[in-house]
Amino acid sequence: MILAAKEVSKAFGGAQALRGVSFELAAGEVHALMGENGAGKSTLVKILAGLHAPDAGEVLVRGRPVRLRGPHEALRNGIAMIHQELMPVPGLSVAENLLLGREPRGRLPGTVDRRALRREAVRLLGLLDADLPVDAPMGTLSVAGMQTVEIARALGAAAAAVIMDEPTAALSGREVAALFRVIAALKARGVGIIYITHKMDEVFRVADRITVLRDGCLVRTAPAGELDESRLIALMVGRELSGWRHLATQRPRADAGEPLLVVRGLSRGGAFRDVSFEIRRGEVVGLAGLMGAGRSEVAAALFGLAPAEAGEIRVRGAAVRVRRPSDAMRLGIGMVTEDRRGYGLVPQMAVWQNITLAALPQLCPGPLLRRTAERAAAGEAAARYGIKADGAGQAVRLLSGGNQQKVVIARTLLAQPEIVILDEPTRGIDIGAKAEVHALIAALAAQGRAVLLISSEMPELLRLSDRLLVMRQGGLVAELDPLTVTQEEVLSYAMPVRKA
Amino acid sequence: MPCPLGKRNRLNPGFRAWGSRMGVVLALLATGLALACLCPQFLSVANLTNVVRQVAINGILAVGVTLVLLTGGVDLSLGSVVALSGVVAAHLAHPGEYPLAVPVLAGVLAGAACGGLNGLVVTRGRVPPFIATLGMMTAARGVALVLSGGRPVSNMGPALTRLAGDWARVPVPALVLAAVALGAAWMLRNTRQGRYLYAVGGNEQAARAAGIGVRGVKFLAYALCGALAGLAGVVLAARITTGQPNAGVAYELDPIAAVVIGGTSLAGGVGGVGGTLLGVLLMGVIGNGLDLLNVSSYYQQIVKGLIIVGAVWFDRQRRSVERE
Repeated sequence: MILAAKEVSKAFGGAQALRGVSFELAAGEVHALMGENGAGKSTLVKILAGLHAPDAGEVLVRGRPVRLRGPHEALRNGIAMIHQELMPVPGLSVAENLLLGREPRGRLPGTVDRRALRREAVRLLGLLDADLPVDAPMGTLSVAGMQTVEIARALGAAAAAVIMDEPTAALSGREVAALFRVIAALKARGVGIIYITHKMDEVFRVADRITVLRDGCLVRTAPAGELDESRLIALMVGRELSGWRHLATQRPRADAGEPLLVVRGLSRGGAFRDVSFEIRRGEVVGLAGLMGAGRSEVAAALFGLAPAEAGEIRVRGAAVRVRRPSDAMRLGIGMVTEDRRGYGLVPQMAVWQNITLAALPQLCPGPLLRRTAERAAAGEAAARYGIKADGAGQAVRLLSGGNQQKVVIARTLLAQPEIVILDEPTRGIDIGAKAEVHALIAALAAQGRAVLLISSEMPELLRLSDRLLVMRQGGLVAELDPLTVTQEEVLSYAMPVRKA
Repeated sequence: MPCPLGKRNRLNPGFRAWGSRMGVVLALLATGLALACLCPQFLSVANLTNVVRQVAINGILAVGVTLVLLTGGVDLSLGSVVALSGVVAAHLAHPGEYPLAVPVLAGVLAGAACGGLNGLVVTRGRVPPFIATLGMMTAARGVALVLSGGRPVSNMGPALTRLAGDWARVPVPALVLAAVALGAAWMLRNTRQGRYLYAVGGNEQAARAAGIGVRGVKFLAYALCGALAGLAGVVLAARITTGQPNAGVAYELDPIAAVVIGGTSLAGGVGGVGGTLLGVLLMGVIGNGLDLLNVSSYYQQIVKGLIIVGAVWFDRQRRSVERE
């Protein structure tokens, strides 16, 4: 047993995050930690990584009780954590970020051996099969690139136990495959891995054992072979989620309504080129592709966050120019952005103020606010989307990830858009909330709106879309029927063509 | 499920805002109490009247710069704008020339023009606020010197100087400050633009994605801040009965300090006019007390510096305790 928690409890203010949870990590195993958001997974691994001190109970490293007073002490005990929120120093190079805090010493005291540093960086990235420029500034990398560096960084620092908190959330298929290869290599060397994820297929691919938490309590620890997807979901939510797998096939397929959004030859240098498609009233169009294929960029162009340079956008038949989000919103286009922190929320503002932010011109025509109307609209939206907050006045940054996402969705829909763009609407939210979002998407289409859905989760796309478009390297390469196509076929279109 | 946005919780934001200002309130009360014990004349009507008169100009400037700091910006040009608008107003205030409204409005408009230009340079020109307003700080002083030929503009009519007098035994500058503060607080609370100021300062990208015209919001903040600096300049000119091109040097620093003491975040998105007023009063009362205690102005500067850093340090400590 290289790492264990014994009966640990932890409370934040009044909220009990963990109640007497015991957890063990054996050498050479991948131990998945599952549970809905707020179940206590993050709190548990943060205690194991020395970021929180438990209120009760203890942490054992190789059977010895230890008190970890910070991530540095955890690291010295051979425990490294890959954070969900990336923490790079954008101005330093990739190599410098990789070895931040453990730079190889130079000959003079206080100096760094830059050549050794570079060599070690190349070696670590080689372990991940990652093709990244070690001398480039960190800030020039994509999110996936930064995460790869973060993983390589933990791999380089830790010998015994690695904690991975949703490591594949922003990785492309190739990078995920590389990560799984590295996990296998680490296992062979006797390293234990704690693996947090929301993705079912991943769990059963990599995990040896699975521990499920719910509401801060341990529900069950079992070998992965003893569980299947539906039993695991039942353990996580404490009930059976009926029919969520077949949602799309149950809702009436869209008849060919009038096209609400038509895109012709849309291009933006370096991001996407010559993209043409249309979305009809009552239709959900899925957009599949790998990270960096240009899907989010197309969405950003349609919503005016980063306007297209060429091509035509027609809304309800009329050619329009979308230069900024307010243009898009006037045309009835709404978007749930991929990046909650960046484009989504105003963290210090109250929940209700965040919900009404985009719809203020409709709710309060004229320059004055109408607080009563605003409160009512926010309260109704919060109830409809099941936003759980400690009162509407709570600052939105204090909500869990799933609830924050619901706030972003509530805000977008409060403005009554007819064309709804959803970029990774279920990323990082728990399975119960996911099912709610799926139902919501179906409802939007049933109301006669046009939905563009971007998701990296193939089952979600296949379940919800009426038509599936595939992007690869900035271009639209296929239109598929989600009822007949398989995940493997979609992937074969999405994968970059290798030059022979 | 209980209504997630229940009535009980409606009080929360108010309580929280109040709680975050408790430190300043307590400091203000403690200082007042200590001064009342140390020197009996502190609580005299004459002295308290004096305090509000003294803080009025700093207060008007602080209310204006609160708006800019809320957007996450800064305005370093206040002192020079004060001088420029004072010169402009004094030029138009010779006895018997124009009615009172003309010099007052001209001063305010001169300030608004400077602020608006700041706003344009920041939003359209994408120059960082620190640099844009640093440039304005130098340039506006230059314009004031050009307009006045480098000499004080004197021969001011009685109408304008009365702006620095009393009305029903209350100093007029203090009334101006009260009106300005009420107006700004009302705007922040009750108008869409007010809400947008917080949104832009809290997360500019999210504000833009919510369809808010970020440039317009910022422009408004700088223009209003400039207009209030113009108003402060008119009041100052009335008080010293001249338009002084060299007046108001470093006047931008005390307001920024007061705003920060009052709990408005330099990063934007958090704070308000109420806290700013408390910060202004705290600084004014402490200055007045040190005067009454015959502390030399050299030492007063040291004390002021300690208060500015200490207030923010105290705030940080409190916040980190809250987070635990």
